[in-house]
Amino acid sequence: MTCSACKGITPDDPRFAELDAFIQDGHSSADFLIAVLHRAQQLFGYLPEEVQHHVAAALGVPPSEVYGVVTFYNYFTLTPVGKYPINVCMGTACYVQGAGRILELFEKELGIQPGQVTPDGLFSLDVCRCVGACGLAPVVTVAGEVHGKLTESDALKLVAELRERAAADQAEAGAAVATVGGESQ
Amino acid sequence: MQFEPVLTKGIGKVDLTNIDVYEAQGGYQALRKALTSMEPQAIVEEVKKANLRGRGGAGFPAGVKWGFLPNDGRPRYLTVNADESEPGTCNNRTLIYANPHQLIEGIIITAFANRISQSFIYIRGEFKRGEAILMKAIEDARKKGYVGKNILGTGFSQEITVHRGASAYICGEESALLNSLEGRRGEPRVKPPFPAVVGLYGCPTIINNVETISNVPHIVKNGWEWYTKITANPDNPKSCGPKLFTVSGCVQRPGNYELPMGVKLRDVIEIAGGLRPGRKLKAVQPGGSSTPMLTPEHLDVPMDFESVAAAGSLLGTAAVIVYDDSVDLVDVALYWSRFYSHESCGQCTPCREGTHWLERVFTRIKEGGGTEGDLKMIADMQTQMAGTTICVLSDAAVAFPASLLKLFPEELERYINRVKEVRPA
Repeated sequence: MTCSACKGITPDDPRFAELDAFIQDGHSSADFLIAVLHRAQQLFGYLPEEVQHHVAAALGVPPSEVYGVVTFYNYFTLTPVGKYPINVCMGTACYVQGAGRILELFEKELGIQPGQVTPDGLFSLDVCRCVGACGLAPVVTVAGEVHGKLTESDALKLVAELRERAAADQAEAGAAVATVGGESQ
Repeated sequence: MQFEPVLTKGIGKVDLTNIDVYEAQGGYQALRKALTSMEPQAIVEEVKKANLRGRGGAGFPAGVKWGFLPNDGRPRYLTVNADESEPGTCNNRTLIYANPHQLIEGIIITAFANRISQSFIYIRGEFKRGEAILMKAIEDARKKGYVGKNILGTGFSQEITVHRGASAYICGEESALLNSLEGRRGEPRVKPPFPAVVGLYGCPTIINNVETISNVPHIVKNGWEWYTKITANPDNPKSCGPKLFTVSGCVQRPGNYELPMGVKLRDVIEIAGGLRPGRKLKAVQPGGSSTPMLTPEHLDVPMDFESVAAAGSLLGTAAVIVYDDSVDLVDVALYWSRFYSHESCGQCTPCREGTHWLERVFTRIKEGGGTEGDLKMIADMQTQMAGTTICVLSDAAVAFPASLLKLFPEELERYINRVKEVRPA
């Protein structure tokens, strides 16, 4: 079981090349800092120190300023997210429709608090204020995918499904490694 | 109420994100008219006479704002404020997602009228799909010759750049928005100089709300006289035109409703389905979280800038939040104060500390530890937080608590007296 989020990021990580390609495609001045950070977070899932330094050097901005921008905006995160980041909407409409109970259920089922990742790297839990889907309250998003009108049993079913999907992915990846032979060692 | 929608016409019936559908409904005719048969100054005059007031909250006349641009040869920029983060407000979202070409048409006309070199749309971080919709709409408009170089062969060129923010309420404040657009922390700038003189990259910049710009094509197409007649309160000629009201809270059909300026508060609530059966109206915030409450005696107040101000509140973004007798307003105050303490940018001490203290005071009151002194503190904070900072976030944060103390002191006292019963002095 490998989890890219917990392993640390090395300078030869191929995602840096992808990020550089974006920067060179007309986003190389300091004005594009926020756009570049959006792309970086899309690639890495979060914005660790290594990535911030890389962006700072590429745009010619002091690392302190990059850190300042990353910590100013809610959208950017310094902590890794799980393979399936679960976001529970706590906006007014969802709140009155029982989002609090749904959140508690996730906390109990996954054994983590908002802002944390499960030890296997599969799930991370967070809350947000409003995803703009108040008609579907209570709403939960998983990696950007919206699940609306969630009941408590729906929430449990959702976690079970995601676990199954992860197990299936892993079995597939394991089979691929087996056919190649021990080369990955 | 009989009212033909202007800004939202066709939404929900036809797909206006399709440029052909938009054109079939008369779209881009105003752009053609403006660029081929009108002088830039004539367009500015038209908008001034139509008395188009800024829809972002302050209600400043757009044409007058445009007139502040100095004529000194520096490049001029237009920035559309689509950082709609005011809680309870979602009319920009509808205009962007369901009618993006109306906004693009408005941008090109405004840019032409003010000899703008480059336009920007600053869209909030959460509107990822909105960004994609706008990018596609701009490309479709480019193919038809409405955006880009030499528009409709007139020699006028204009590019529109979409910039997505990254979630910060304060970036809706115009100078914070400019900082964010330049890739920095969204901290408001000290004014003056105002953005019209020193704005984006130090150049003259116009900043208008999505709804304001969306009105421009209709004014150009139909003329200012038509526009000034759109009102439900002809007694007040200072506010006119169509307005999107976002009604939320304790109503049966919350949502966006396009109504004429000056419509009575009573009618707005009625159109949104009215209260739930058996409930009584307690209070209304007429323009979002930062506006003081109105009470049932204000039901006949016309919803225009002047009348709402005369009633002691603000039209703001026209986000009408309705509270019935089931709502605990102290809970609402706690909710808002949490929001503001989270969103304060932290530059000015009265706001950074004040919003934090408000949150602590309301948490304490709500949890049963409130004292008489807390009420005095809320009253004092009103003078200490309002008008003492770079931007108005601080004023906004204290508006609801102050109005709660003024209009519903018994709600706060009830919590405090409950403590007294348990812990007699």
